[in-house]
Amino acid sequence: MSEKFVSVTGAAAPLLRANIDTDTISPTRTEKEFGEKGGSNLAQFLFANWRYDENDNPLPDFVLNRTSFKSAKILLTGPNFGCGSSRESAVWMLKAFGISCVIAPSFGEIFYNNCFKNGALPVILDEATIDGLAKEAEPGEPEAIFTVDLESQTIATPSGKTVPFTIPAFRRQGLLEGLDEISLTLQRDAEISEFATRAKQSRPWAYPNS
Amino acid sequence: MSKPLTLFEKIWNEHVVADLGDGFSLLFIDRHNVNDMGARAFITLEKMNLPLRHPELNLAAADHMVATLCGPLDPSSVTSPYVLTARKYAEKFGVRLLDIGNDYHGILHVSAAELGFALPGTTIVCGDSHTCTLGALGAVAWGIGQSEAVHVMATQTSVQRKPKNMRVTLTGTVPAGVTPKDVMLYIIGQMGVAGATGHALEFAGPVIEAMPMEGRFTLCNMAVETGARFGLMAPDDTTAEYVNGRPDAPTGADWDAAVAYWQTLRSDDGAAFDQELTLDVSNIEPQVTWGINPGQVVGIGDAIPESNAEVDRRALDYTKLEEGAAIKGTPIDMVFIGSCTNSRISDLRAAAAAAKGRKVADGVTAWVVPGCQSIKQQAEAEGLDKTFIEAGFMWGQPGCSMCGGSGNEHTEIGKPGTRIVSTTNRNFVGRQGVGTYTHLVSPLTAVASATTGRIADVRDLEGADV
Ligand code: SF4
Repeated sequence: MSEKFVSVTGAAAPLLRANIDTDTISPTRTEKEFGEKGGSNLAQFLFANWRYDENDNPLPDFVLNRTSFKSAKILLTGPNFGCGSSRESAVWMLKAFGISCVIAPSFGEIFYNNCFKNGALPVILDEATIDGLAKEAEPGEPEAIFTVDLESQTIATPSGKTVPFTIPAFRRQGLLEGLDEISLTLQRDAEISEFATRAKQSRPWAYPNS
Repeated sequence: MSKPLTLFEKIWNEHVVADLGDGFSLLFIDRHNVNDMGARAFITLEKMNLPLRHPELNLAAADHMVATLCGPLDPSSVTSPYVLTARKYAEKFGVRLLDIGNDYHGILHVSAAELGFALPGTTIVCGDSHTCTLGALGAVAWGIGQSEAVHVMATQTSVQRKPKNMRVTLTGTVPAGVTPKDVMLYIIGQMGVAGATGHALEFAGPVIEAMPMEGRFTLCNMAVETGARFGLMAPDDTTAEYVNGRPDAPTGADWDAAVAYWQTLRSDDGAAFDQELTLDVSNIEPQVTWGINPGQVVGIGDAIPESNAEVDRRALDYTKLEEGAAIKGTPIDMVFIGSCTNSRISDLRAAAAAAKGRKVADGVTAWVVPGCQSIKQQAEAEGLDKTFIEAGFMWGQPGCSMCGGSGNEHTEIGKPGTRIVSTTNRNFVGRQGVGTYTHLVSPLTAVASATTGRIADVRDLEGADV
């Protein structure tokens, strides 16, 4: 089974910058910590280059260091979030910190796909809507609490507004049910084998030793 | 008449095992590359108690986490858990591993092509975003996440949503001193770093047709820097010539069948592209990035643009440069020539020709790191290593080296405050070491800068034959 995502309720940290790359979310130096899903200090290393100074002291102004966002569950951000490297640790780190939903005008595509594999929800909304959410989010906890609900595909804001969003049905179902994609695919075992046999006949040059 | 198709659609359609609805397909994967960073996927596969479905369609390499500047490395001296994991599982699952000492050891995106493992008309994935490099062969090649890699290992398929199609047509002629790297940086500057998000990006036109294979890899390598997960080009005679005779390339009747099929792989007249862009490259200059993403780029003779955008101001804050100032002449500390963007033999030949008879400037550290052992051997046979060493460059062992700042034991990264002129593909904050500034350039600009100690135009070098 994969991790499910049904809904999340919590503070939404505004980090409205464009093109936040996965090197920034999960700095390469932290990749030196080894483990199946990264090192043991995943939450601590999230945005490390922005969160800490050269001596690893937290920078108080960075949004996730502010008391009101230390337990943020949602991230509001700018276009092209998660561009760059394919490192899945970017999602693992967000999740380890407690953030399971990222709302942005657009996403780096590999990051976007990686979210669904890890029970995280990437929501695409236009910039103006996100600006509005960010204004409401600013006081942080305990005043400004959002609920993102995948079942109804809506965001409930602190002021009582409801903002709709859409997720591809295929992905939505996978998250809601925590479907394990590998098991699903292996239900088509015979179909895949038949395909492989046909492919070997039509393109023998592509499968020399199989 | 059947519907005209794009090159991308032709290869994609050929690999659809099942239509999953909502735009998603189950695609058959012909080649799965696993680098050391991605070898963790094997651990998950083992935990799930699943077999590797087609070991022979996988290729592994130790590339990110190997030291590259310490003289020949003894394979048994490696301590990186990434490399050790790659070794352990390559053996367990029967996957070929390009380890230290192998004739094709090196950066997997480079090695897979050098070896002939990556072929036109195939689907190729790897848990690394620069897999799009291999699209230059006329393949559908793209980067996936680690969980997706486990899926490929277990099923030889991948669940993917079909992207839109975009074509960039390049016209005109590339001026002297301007390389494929400059052409690509220029394209990214024009398109922006999210310009092709959601699209497969085909490069076409007379400039591509005339471009040697290695330059084509450089362009496709950076397709991901426009937001596209896929970059590709139609295979042609240049492609076939490049592939022919490589250790893994088809032979005999298979070769003939392959070439006949590859000839059908081009976008049909009238094929529908969701976006089209035509760029004339005749007047572009060598390009240099000034900011913290590859789209923040100017011609070397230009000033850093004035901008009201917050992203740009934030970038200049970081790189400690001024808007309106000339980029040329900026003093530098380091030069790095290498990476899956620019570490092939033609890159090294061009760099060596420019470096010949010159010296790396005082106070500048300069490295040349070939992309693959076969390239290193070729370069040494041609005496390029001597030219570099005489000029004061360090000559390294194949690997990613300081491109991603991950070189393991010898921590091949810059110190904070180091200004690096680099032939790599990403100038992200801290990419080459915490607090370093990266300027992306061509190998020629890298040499010109190394030998003058400043960001320099190769066309200004006395006697430079460019
Ligand atoms: S050379 Fe750089 S970009 Fe290429 S695979 Fe290695 S780290 Fe990644």
